[in-house]
Amino acid sequence: MKELSLNILDISKNSVKAGATLTQILLDETEEKLTLKIIDDGCGMKKEMVESVTDPFTTTRTTRPVGMGIPLLKLAAEMTDGSFTIESRHFEEYPENHGTEVTAIFNKNHIDFTPLGDVTASVTTLIQGSPNADFLFKHTLPNGEVSVDTRELREQLGDVPLDTFEVILWIEEYLKEQYEALNN
Amino acid sequence: MKSLAELQAIKEKMQNKVALRDGSGEMRVVVGMATCGIAAGARPVLSAFVEEIANEGLAGKVTVSQTGCIGICQYEPVVEIMEAGKDKVTYVQMTPEKAKRVVEEHIKGGKVVAEFTLANKA
Repeated sequence: MKELSLNILDISKNSVKAGATLTQILLDETEEKLTLKIIDDGCGMKKEMVESVTDPFTTTRTTRPVGMGIPLLKLAAEMTDGSFTIESRHFEEYPENHGTEVTAIFNKNHIDFTPLGDVTASVTTLIQGSPNADFLFKHTLPNGEVSVDTRELREQLGDVPLDTFEVILWIEEYLKEQYEALNN
Repeated sequence: MKSLAELQAIKEKMQNKVALRDGSGEMRVVVGMATCGIAAGARPVLSAFVEEIANEGLAGKVTVSQTGCIGICQYEPVVEIMEAGKDKVTYVQMTPEKAKRVVEEHIKGGKVVAEFTLANKA
């Protein structure tokens, strides 16, 4: 993957696939470190699955027996001397608070750090692809914060789906403006 | 700066449109967005379809959706176009530029862009 934001898009789709009603994508950035957390309330995974998800030959896809999503994110973090952890609570064992939490920490100044890239495009694409799920995206930077919460958008929109063209283009502009305001 | 209240205006506009949309010819654009598709550049392809279709005023006629791995990872980004009563068209190794041509010639003009199809590669 050329941008970390593409890994974020890819991994967040797993949360939707796991039936999450809310997926939180949290980016916390300092001068030295970037911490990515993806927290969902999906069905969760059993212990054996959690142990094997970093193996490229573990996958939920049915078209090919290879799954590169998690291994690629783990590699991207470890290449920067960072870390990758995944914790999950399967719904059978945790009927009240099931879900999965992925944490990847990157050293931004490491030569092998993959740039974050276009997060706005990833968040917009994620919402476009799963208009019935909710997402909270929050990017905390040293000089401020960029965020969007689809639950708040839904309050305004009522029955109008989130993947309506005009809504998607609006979300893209909404995030872009927040990033521009921080850069100025 | 944009405010959430602007969504109210979109809502009102959309509610007026719903009645008009009924019975229009449905066309579906489906973009493969599994790990393979994303790594090959599917995200900007999807954005290009969304933008072009909205700009060309085709939003009422066309839906854009995402799917998982179609199984031909070496041909990603893959885009399928489905239309009632017509054969499915599979476009391969797509780019945002190719997406613009597909919107213009196929979705708007009704003519398949043969050079971008899977049939042309096989």
